[in-house]
Amino acid sequence: MTLTGEFFAFMALALVAIIGGVLLLNLNKVVHMVVALIFTFVAIAGIYILLNAEFVAAVQVLIYSGAITIIMLFGIMLTKPYDDEGESASNGSKWRRILLFLGVVGFAFAVYVGIYNFPIDQVPSNLHENNTLEVGKALYSKYIIPFEFVSVLLLASLIGAIILAKREDKEGDSK
Amino acid sequence: MSSVPASAFLALALILFCIGLYGALTKRNTVIVLISIELMLNAVNINLVTFSKYGMAPSITGQVFALFAMAVAAAEAAVGLAILMSLYRNKKTVNIDEMDQMKH
Repeated sequence: MTLTGEFFAFMALALVAIIGGVLLLNLNKVVHMVVALIFTFVAIAGIYILLNAEFVAAVQVLIYSGAITIIMLFGIMLTKPYDDEGESASNGSKWRRILLFLGVVGFAFAVYVGIYNFPIDQVPSNLHENNTLEVGKALYSKYIIPFEFVSVLLLASLIGAIILAKREDKEGDSK
Repeated sequence: MSSVPASAFLALALILFCIGLYGALTKRNTVIVLISIELMLNAVNINLVTFSKYGMAPSITGQVFALFAMAVAAAEAAVGLAILMSLYRNKKTVNIDEMDQMKH
């Protein structure tokens, strides 16, 4: 691991991503949590650029830091925010939190043992040449059927979301 | 060759996944739980793109798979929020501890 520009870019982006995630856990207001997570999403887009995935990075900025953040803000504003995280921090819930934290740390340690000194040698790749063109070729030739299924899935979820969120007419009101 | 090892990217994805897991299990607001699940899906996408570059046989497939995962995540967020809206209309709360009934 030598000190190059790529290394410093990775460290900065990883730091921003992790700080955004920690702020998500620690902030008190719900809207602040969502805004903190935008930092994480944009930093992850930068990580994708480091990994020669420019098209995925652009989609990440559009979908996650654009669409999903806005839709979550709509969800917060259309419901009454439940800000009091510490209000019902009774003894039982504190113990539950500590146990959950220990469990998550144990999971992280187990996976870290697996990925530490990841043994695969680096193979030279040509992913950086015409990345978007290659993604398009793969999507429209090899993965054309899953691509069409994704469009069906999006249509189904669109209709399902509308039907679920639609205000049901009361029987007495419509007459 | 790249100066950042593949395990560094995998470790970043692991940390983000654990943050999302802890948030999804402890937060009380349902919107925040949904957002934590999105964070976990993002961490998995980092892994997919990392293996598309540093895997045994580098190819574009990992990036295509990450795009599919993003599409499914967007659909999941939309349907999850629609369910949350309809629950909120019936119970007037977004506290996840009070959503313990399948009927209202």
